[in-house]
Amino acid sequence: MRFMLLFSRQGKLRLQKWYLATADKDKKKMVRELMQVVLARKPKMCSFLEWRDLKVVYKRYASLYFCCAIEGQDNELITLELIHRYVELLDKYFGSVCELDIIFNFEKAYFILDEFVMGGEIQDTSKKSVLKAIEQADLLQE
Amino acid sequence: MPAPIRLRELIRTIRTARTQAEEREMIQKECAAIRSSFREEDNTYRCRNVAKLLYMHMLGYPAHFGQLECLKLIASQKFTDKRIGYLGAMLLLDERQDVHLLMTNCIKNDLNHSTQYVQGLALCTLGCMGSSEMCRDLAGEVEKLLKTSNSYLRKKAALCAVHVIRKVPELMEMFLPATKNLLNEKNHGVLHTSVVLLTEMCERSPDMLAHFRKVRQLSSSQLVPQLVRILKNLIMSGYSPEHDVSGISDPFLQVRILRLLRILGRNDDDSSEAMNDILAQVATNTETSKNVGNAILYETVLTIMDIKSESGLRVLAINILGRFLLNNDKNIRYVALTSLLKTVQTDHNAVQRHRSTIVDCLKDLDVSIKRRAMELSFALVNGNNVRGMMKELLYFLDSCEPEFKADCASGIFLAAEKYAPSKRWHIDTIMRVLTTAGSYVRDDAVPNLIQLITNSVEMHAYTVQRLYKAILGDYSQQPLVQVASWCIGEYGDLLVSGQCEEEEPIQVTEDEVLDILESVLISNMSASVTRGYALTAIMKLSTRFTCTVNRIKKVVSIYGSSIDVELQQRAVEYNALFKKYDHMRPALLERMPVMEKVTTNGPTEIVQTNGETEPAVLETKPPPSELQPASQEDDLLDLLGGTDITPVIPTAPTRKPASPGGELLDLLGDLNLTGSPVPAPAPQIAQPPFLLDGLTSPPLFNDVAAGIPSITAYNKNGLKIDFTFERSNTNPSVTVITIQASNSTELDMTDFVFQAAVPKTFQLQLLSPSSSVIPAFNSGTITQVIKVLNPQKQQLRMRIKLTYNHKGSAMQDLAEVNNFPPQSWQ
Repeated sequence: MRFMLLFSRQGKLRLQKWYLATADKDKKKMVRELMQVVLARKPKMCSFLEWRDLKVVYKRYASLYFCCAIEGQDNELITLELIHRYVELLDKYFGSVCELDIIFNFEKAYFILDEFVMGGEIQDTSKKSVLKAIEQADLLQE
Repeated sequence: MPAPIRLRELIRTIRTARTQAEEREMIQKECAAIRSSFREEDNTYRCRNVAKLLYMHMLGYPAHFGQLECLKLIASQKFTDKRIGYLGAMLLLDERQDVHLLMTNCIKNDLNHSTQYVQGLALCTLGCMGSSEMCRDLAGEVEKLLKTSNSYLRKKAALCAVHVIRKVPELMEMFLPATKNLLNEKNHGVLHTSVVLLTEMCERSPDMLAHFRKVRQLSSSQLVPQLVRILKNLIMSGYSPEHDVSGISDPFLQVRILRLLRILGRNDDDSSEAMNDILAQVATNTETSKNVGNAILYETVLTIMDIKSESGLRVLAINILGRFLLNNDKNIRYVALTSLLKTVQTDHNAVQRHRSTIVDCLKDLDVSIKRRAMELSFALVNGNNVRGMMKELLYFLDSCEPEFKADCASGIFLAAEKYAPSKRWHIDTIMRVLTTAGSYVRDDAVPNLIQLITNSVEMHAYTVQRLYKAILGDYSQQPLVQVASWCIGEYGDLLVSGQCEEEEPIQVTEDEVLDILESVLISNMSASVTRGYALTAIMKLSTRFTCTVNRIKKVVSIYGSSIDVELQQRAVEYNALFKKYDHMRPALLERMPVMEKVTTNGPTEIVQTNGETEPAVLETKPPPSELQPASQEDDLLDLLGGTDITPVIPTAPTRKPASPGGELLDLLGDLNLTGSPVPAPAPQIAQPPFLLDGLTSPPLFNDVAAGIPSITAYNKNGLKIDFTFERSNTNPSVTVITIQASNSTELDMTDFVFQAAVPKTFQLQLLSPSSSVIPAFNSGTITQVIKVLNPQKQQLRMRIKLTYNHKGSAMQDLAEVNNFPPQSWQ
């Protein structure tokens, strides 16, 4: 995975995680462009699109779009599962997660993501294991 | 100074802003407060301030002044500080800033921290944004952690290692020992990340790949069987709540294993065989009701198609894709079409079976699916199904989005050209495309179509009639109008004389035809190019029409003062044709002859027929020719006294150092090298360039038919060698000679080698011959291409040496070729 974006229907960015070193200016441009493309998609269209030289997998959960940019040889269908797993983790952690949770606790959303995915690849395929690690780390907070 | 406001407080406040300006004001105020807090080196609230900064950064505001603060947080002892610090580093820092290197020491310390969660933070940061320098410094630490028994750290170390390898590929070797027993772990996290690490190593280094395919020395298990075993356990084992997704056990791990198997099995028979069974098992046993199952099947199909699988397995894979096409889930259909597109070349017949489903996808609502279905449909058109497929594709052309029309039109033209069952059908199809998507047709299609029409001699009347009718109603689609104008200009006489056989001939008068052409000329919708076509067409009709020549003269003279320079020039020249050169007019405006088909790939075809670009053909090149240059070159040198000789090996011609003096010239000195009056080239019909509009774009190489006569260079003892010539329009000093050697005796000539020498001012390149055997009784020939570079345009001379075996004895002969036609070198 090259990067993951979370944004609202109004085009407000809620989370951006980049797995490839990119200049700030380029990041801003890519985010703007991609948001435009995804937000223009109609509901009946499929979850995959080609954008620049990447494949983009996106899924809408309530008011939030979860968007992943993957490379040519990556499996689009399993990326959908990855997105779903992340949403499940957020849901378990926050208890019926909604967009506001992610807005007000964005740093926690990052912590959870960083415990699940590293360098663009999944670290642990067990939901229980990831949640337990977050829990324990939270306990260490002073 | 009051305590800085809390993060949540800030977020709440900013969200109350009603305008962008209001938000900006709040942000600026808070930034100022944060800046002064940073200046005071306040440890207590640094964490809170950086967190707020990160929020504002996400909104799009600059936060670079917080970079150093992140480093201070990382260096702090408190876990909360470190957590925010590392997050800030990942969000605000990147390898472009030198600041990031200051992190290295902190990370190093934290990698050895007593708390695994701190170690985890360090590994995560390094694994996400570590620069090459950092990776180099810390690779050792990562390698150490890769061998720990703590699975929490081990899995993170594995992914960190992946990042290190991506940044500094030379470090790959150092992680190799640690990979030895990674797959013995039970922990799925470690298994997954280990498979990712192994995949990265195998993809990056062919040596690693070879290593992993072989038996490993320390452990007795090979990688492929190990992976197969793990995969089997996942499938066969009962319900495992921890890793279950919709009834499937750890689909993420299954997919990654399948992907690694793909890399291991690619081009390797043994590995492919070892994984055959498990692939079949996964393919048949996986639940397909949910996306998870299909994700695994998808990966399985990709693997089956990429390795050396047996045909039964491949058919199974394509059938899975066929089933995908019928799935309600559009994502699955999309993925199926993409995969089928990749396999249609290699497994054409299997994909053909699903043709009707693919054609149905042309009617899908999703744009991406439609595009893929279109590409796949074109790939599946063949001689048998062309009528049916074209019907569907023409219907698609009618109803599809504008962004597809150009590609679809081009695709239809190509397919029609290859597989047209009849000329009438071909013309009809073209007409249909021109009228349906006339404005989207690519510019280069117009000349191709005109050539096609010209060559369908018996259809001229029918074609011009249909085209006339088409533009009568609407002359806005430029490509259509261009083709129609050209045809009317050419075949207008057939139109007015009502000669059409294919359909009911229409009654058209000469004036009506001129009316429509003049309308095109006048219309605002007509492009300049189109007007050119129309004017030329009108002019041509002056020799084909009988009653309206005066009208034509008038039109032409009017445009002699057109603002459009191109049009004006044409009109003026046509005017001149009427006045001064009226005797030439009939000859000039004669009916176009049937054109030689010149493919747009002209030059490359010449090269390819001699296999120069194909490495495989180089390998099958007869071995003797590789050995020969060593000895025979010397012979030639002796005989010709040091000419520039190119060896027969078709690599870049090695030039022998220029020999002192002009020995070759001496040898050939009795021949007349300096110009004896060269016979004037045969007068070509002076076709002014504008009449060639509408033909194919000037070919890069003149047709053989265009007039360089071929010669027989050698004819002795039953061996005949003919030379045919082509000149490059783009590089006039290059002459390409194709030699054809034939054998009229009753026994084959084997081990045939052709060598050539030219005077010093020339350069010669010999490409590899088509074979080394000339079959007897003229039943076949050897073809070979010679490229001659003649920058000084000197008269071409050549000495050739032929060696071959015939009737059991070795034959050899030298000859001079000096009957090169002047057009081949002037």
